[in-house]
Amino acid sequence: MTVEDELEIMGQRLNEKIKNIFGRSLHIREVDAGSCNACEVEVTALSNPIYDIERFGLHIVASPRHADMLLVTGPVTRNMELALLKTYNATPCPKLVAAMGSCACNGGIFGDTYASGGGVDKFIPVDVYIPGCPPRPQAVIFGLMVAVDKLDQKIRKKEA
Amino acid sequence: MKSEYTDSIRKEFGSVILDENVSHNETYLTVKRESAVKVCDYLYHHFDAPIVSIFATDERRTDGCFKIHYVFSLDKEDAFIIIKINIDEKSPVFGSITHKIPSANWYEREIQDMFGLVPKGHPDPRRLINFEDWPPDSYPLRKDFDIRTKPPRVKGEYVYRRVEGEGVYEIPVGPVHAGVIEPGHFRFSVAGEPILNLEIRHSYTHKGVEKLFENISIDKAVFLAERVSGDNSVAHAVAFCQAIEKIAGAKIPKRAKYTRTILLELERLYNHLGDIAGIATDVAYAFGAAHANRLKEEVMQLNESVTGSRLLRGMNTIGGVRRDIGGSEEIILEKLSSLNLDFSELMELLFASPSVADRIETTGRLYNDIAKGLHVVGPAGRASGIVRDTRRDHPYAAYGELAFDVPVLKSGDVNARTRVRSDEVYESISLIEQAFSRISDGDIKVNIREIPDGYALGYAEAPRGETLYWVKTSKNMIERCKVRDPSFCNWLAIEYAVLDNIVPDFPIINKSLSLSYSGNDM
Ligand code: SF4
Repeated sequence: MTVEDELEIMGQRLNEKIKNIFGRSLHIREVDAGSCNACEVEVTALSNPIYDIERFGLHIVASPRHADMLLVTGPVTRNMELALLKTYNATPCPKLVAAMGSCACNGGIFGDTYASGGGVDKFIPVDVYIPGCPPRPQAVIFGLMVAVDKLDQKIRKKEA
Repeated sequence: MKSEYTDSIRKEFGSVILDENVSHNETYLTVKRESAVKVCDYLYHHFDAPIVSIFATDERRTDGCFKIHYVFSLDKEDAFIIIKINIDEKSPVFGSITHKIPSANWYEREIQDMFGLVPKGHPDPRRLINFEDWPPDSYPLRKDFDIRTKPPRVKGEYVYRRVEGEGVYEIPVGPVHAGVIEPGHFRFSVAGEPILNLEIRHSYTHKGVEKLFENISIDKAVFLAERVSGDNSVAHAVAFCQAIEKIAGAKIPKRAKYTRTILLELERLYNHLGDIAGIATDVAYAFGAAHANRLKEEVMQLNESVTGSRLLRGMNTIGGVRRDIGGSEEIILEKLSSLNLDFSELMELLFASPSVADRIETTGRLYNDIAKGLHVVGPAGRASGIVRDTRRDHPYAAYGELAFDVPVLKSGDVNARTRVRSDEVYESISLIEQAFSRISDGDIKVNIREIPDGYALGYAEAPRGETLYWVKTSKNMIERCKVRDPSFCNWLAIEYAVLDNIVPDFPIINKSLSLSYSGNDM
């Protein structure tokens, strides 16, 4: 299967879920909490003409205030901790957090040191973990799909 | 290296040299602490030798003192001269050279933050790496600082430069930006649209990389080098591996050298394509951006099919490369020939478009003398008249055996930076083709079992420019690893390039300089 085929199948499934839950697109704010920048290379790739995630109802927005989800990269450096918290607090509820990349998942190669916080979930609640260093764009899309399911559960729980 | 330099330092300053030691193409001269400023000034201005790194080491345990190293590059002779001074713990100060050599600015502040050695007479002694909430008397790169320490946050303040006057106001931007880019803070002082002053504040992504190098095994350190600045993975890994191989006195097989060259150029290709796409995006040339992004993606998919990693990671190792890419020759060459066609067509359209020209010509001009003073490297330097390229000046991997041009322009604007990159794309394609035509069969790796105690420089021309590692080993571990990413040199250039430009042009100027935050902050 080519990259494009894989992508098409996952993208369509994701698109349906998003439509069912939101009735509109899923708005994502990317936050770099001290990544090595390779995760950003892949997030940027998501918007190129090959992946073009907008067609699946995924929209990268400029402000956390417009976001349903934070896509966080990096191990959360000491110097980014405050900015991450502020961004999290500025995001309206209900919100999702996806930790993208090994270092966002658990600190990765940077670990837990004087400068590196050892992963996003030490600072804010994380809904999904997308491993990889960096995760391929297809993996990110898959991770977002899992996250959307979680949101569905969250909403149901609240309603029940 | 000719001893001309050492001799003339002796002649000029008498007996200031305490110790002299030559290894490979590196000459280390320990001079008296108080004469460092004079000697550096002399090398810089008299021999026109650019300073490519300044760093400290904590050698209190072995030699009873800290040391500062000033690394000068002698481009014409493929050599380096390193001036060293010893600093006693009881008097942790050294004379600042920033007023003589402006490019020393951030290095000295970095040393102050990380080692607690104070550059006396520094024009701007504010914190650089550690934020204001970092306690005083705590210095991460000192040997008695444990990497797992989490110092408490203290109260402190960082004072920005202020521009005052009627109608002047400030625009603070970041660290979290509107686009998908890395975190950093920009503070503009503007009157209407034109930018009167820009101050940048970085280190948001400081991850303690140099300290980490001292705490992991040398094999694993290659992976860390790949993650200093993610999109320049190959260049960082190669520079690091070369330093270790130099220490070990190992000669890597020819096939490994050629493989590294091919990987380095593939990396340059996808980066340059990405930068050109970014510039096209920022001038709202959507058609060009879409195509450049498509070409970048094609190279990244090619990378994945050849190496298993879209960013070419995991290929380099101490002693050579891990995997043979000989079987992929055909698909690589095929892809490159179609890339060549598509790219030249795209560049023709881009440079012929009046709306693009209008946005990029004369925008973000970085004057040649300022670029030189700040030691701006890579395509950004070459677009401002700086004729330097590590591949040519200090040949490594297979570059000494291949033919290529180093495109240089003088106008220093966004246009020049775009054109230099565009010209370099063709050079990269030709380099890969040449490499495949000359690569010979053989091993791809030598085994290096023991790494002796020693120190050496490793370097590579990353897509962003000169990348430098200085590594010191001891007992099969890394004692000190100084990483000098090209962005550490280039960031200050943006404060000059934006002057008199309008705020809406900031994104293209920033993009055209292609700066890494992670590589800078580490
Ligand atoms: S997960 Fe890997 S690629 Fe992503 S930011 Fe961390 S080190 Fe870089």
